[in-house]
Amino acid sequence: MDRSELNDLAQRERASWKPARLHCCTASGCLATGAEGVFKAMKQAITDKGLTDRVQAVGVGCLGLCGRGPLVQLAPQGPLFEQVSAEQAPSMVGAAVGESPHAAILDTAHPFFSSQLKIVCETSGEIDSERIEEYLALGGYRALHMALTEMTPAEVVQTISQSGLRGRGGAGYPTGLKWATVAKMPPGPKYVVCNGDEGDPGAFMDRSVMESDPHRVLEGMAIAGYAVGATQGFIYVRAEYPLAVERLRKAINQAKKLGVLGSGVFETPFDFRVDVRIGAGAFVCGEETALMASIEGRRGSPRPRPPYPAEMGLWDRPTLINNVETFANVPTILRKGADWFASIGTEKSKGTKVFSLTGKVRNTGLVEVPMGTSLRHIVEVMGGGVEGGSVKAVQTGGPSGGCIPAEFLDTSVDYESLAQLGSIMGSGGMIVMDQTTNMVEVARFFMEFCMDESCGKCIPCRVGTVQMHRLLSKIAEGKATSTDLALLEQLVPMVSETSLCGLGQTAPNPVKSTLRYFRHEYEERLRPMTSTNGRVPLPLRLA
Amino acid sequence: MSVVTLTIDEKIVSAQEGQTLLDVARENAIDIPTLCHLDGVSEAAACRLCLVEVVGTSRLLPACVTRAAEGMVVHTTTPKLVEYRRMILELFFTERNHVCSVCVANSACELQALAASQGMIHVRLDYLHPHLPVDTSHQQFGIDHNRCILCTRCVRACDEIEGAHTWDVAGRGIHSRVITDLAQPWGEATSCTSCGKCVQACPTGALFRQGSTVAEMQKDREQLAFLVRARKEKQWIS
Repeated sequence: MDRSELNDLAQRERASWKPARLHCCTASGCLATGAEGVFKAMKQAITDKGLTDRVQAVGVGCLGLCGRGPLVQLAPQGPLFEQVSAEQAPSMVGAAVGESPHAAILDTAHPFFSSQLKIVCETSGEIDSERIEEYLALGGYRALHMALTEMTPAEVVQTISQSGLRGRGGAGYPTGLKWATVAKMPPGPKYVVCNGDEGDPGAFMDRSVMESDPHRVLEGMAIAGYAVGATQGFIYVRAEYPLAVERLRKAINQAKKLGVLGSGVFETPFDFRVDVRIGAGAFVCGEETALMASIEGRRGSPRPRPPYPAEMGLWDRPTLINNVETFANVPTILRKGADWFASIGTEKSKGTKVFSLTGKVRNTGLVEVPMGTSLRHIVEVMGGGVEGGSVKAVQTGGPSGGCIPAEFLDTSVDYESLAQLGSIMGSGGMIVMDQTTNMVEVARFFMEFCMDESCGKCIPCRVGTVQMHRLLSKIAEGKATSTDLALLEQLVPMVSETSLCGLGQTAPNPVKSTLRYFRHEYEERLRPMTSTNGRVPLPLRLA
Repeated sequence: MSVVTLTIDEKIVSAQEGQTLLDVARENAIDIPTLCHLDGVSEAAACRLCLVEVVGTSRLLPACVTRAAEGMVVHTTTPKLVEYRRMILELFFTERNHVCSVCVANSACELQALAASQGMIHVRLDYLHPHLPVDTSHQQFGIDHNRCILCTRCVRACDEIEGAHTWDVAGRGIHSRVITDLAQPWGEATSCTSCGKCVQACPTGALFRQGSTVAEMQKDREQLAFLVRARKEKQWIS
């Protein structure tokens, strides 16, 4: 396929779109509340009313406000209906031809929608997630075509570097630098890996991107492949995301059929194949070295770095690993330019970040905001705050992150500011907690998670998490003394400094941050020391 | 091959490029404790006892896999490292049932020796007291999971020196344990050649020769390194 065929196809697709399109969200969140029935009922109602040439029902990706699903939007620029039932389907079809609908309408001028800036989620919710033609109609694969025909690999790397894009998996490593490192490795087999093993409790951004817009991720990967000189890509998706796997596989087949993936992409000498690899239920496989071991078919346990994957990755070859959201940014950066991207966000954190807003917040769902937006704006304005109460803390970064207390809500969301508060950006999970939340329980919950998910390779993580969990349980149950708290505080730095991989190194973070801001909650649960309940505290240095 | 100079514990030493810090330290009689390291097999970097401080790096680095570099300044026994090593040993002792007085490897156990040499004289954390089996289905050897520290030396020795890959790790986290073949009894593991390399590799009394009683299980850990050297360098003298 060449440029004119690409344009033709996109034009033909757009021409085939009916004047009114009913966009029904068919991502996991809405499917769980019955979107499939709504979607079918709408299709039926369109036929029944004889409106097949004026209205079409489209199963689109995530529309954002997952807590109010199933969501249906009348496009273009029509109302957004919430909590739709199959019975309401005929009424919405009626609305598409000007009748007044009998369904609750969401205010799309609300900050939840109006404060968003969509780059990663640009086309999610606009197109049928299962048809490549719809992605093409909205400019899909143009960036890949442009890279292959108008740019050298070095120029692509240069563009990504200039854009200031940083890894969206959580650590924020400069993406351009990573690409440049892999590109500079001697020629030979290289790999591109997309990390879709999103496992943090409360995080569902990557799932949504993969389900809503699988082609965007594939396009990003193909561009990366061209830039670093790789011809094989792998998308590693956790098995708990069956819909994402299904849609990615479908997308890969469609892309191969059209010649935008596979041998001779866009009739250039560039080959790029992508295969899906499915996780087997281990959180640690989100760690890049464990992920690679898993792709190779070995036990998913991490190994020490260096050597970093960029130098020695899959099958000991240079490997580029990026997160789903990182790749999803790439096509737009290429299309709109590095300067445009760099103009969004803060000085050190560019672009936008997708957060999954969950917990005790009014509006739960997916939001994409420019870097530098304040936590308060996201939680209280966009999220609508806590129902009948106030925010106590916001947890970011899942089990590797920390709790940010309400007094720091004015912090801007960027890599450095969050790290300064003892939390991390993380992959984008944002859990809002209200005043009823017991912070010791929060720490215990995340420690239990890490304990269960530890691979068992290194001792500090394998046993340290168990011991910390026991101490936290003791404190939570009111059975601990100050000796136990002191022990816990010694284990925290030890486990984080001595563990082999990121899981163990960050496992104590929720404890560390709750101790930092909510120490009194720990202390008020301690029992006084008596001769029978506590061992005598021992000095730190023995012998 | 080029040579680099570096400082380990205020001592200026030379090393071949690519040599690990652990190697260099041992050549220069600087003791860095290890448990999962075994001469002759690959590194796991799992016991974290060999962590050292390198000036200019905020992270602690495992000496067994960190390569010596020109001008490096390494500290192997700072107060922090000493404290962490003791805590790591504490964790090992709480994890399973290490009762030295009734162990076949009493007085010949690396874990026991390290506890003494590192000054770990007291365990402040709760013992986990897991219920673990002892497998004596093999004709000559046995495994007592209560003594296993999951260093995976047996796994690596079996795979890399004997080439049998009878041993592997199953389960995860605190439930991890070493298994033979597909987790069947050792006596039924058909890939086992009964060479006994795993027994020699084991740092504790987890793997033992049948019939050994308390403190009788002496191990010849040099044998494995000797074999590897013999094969690689065709030198049959130790």
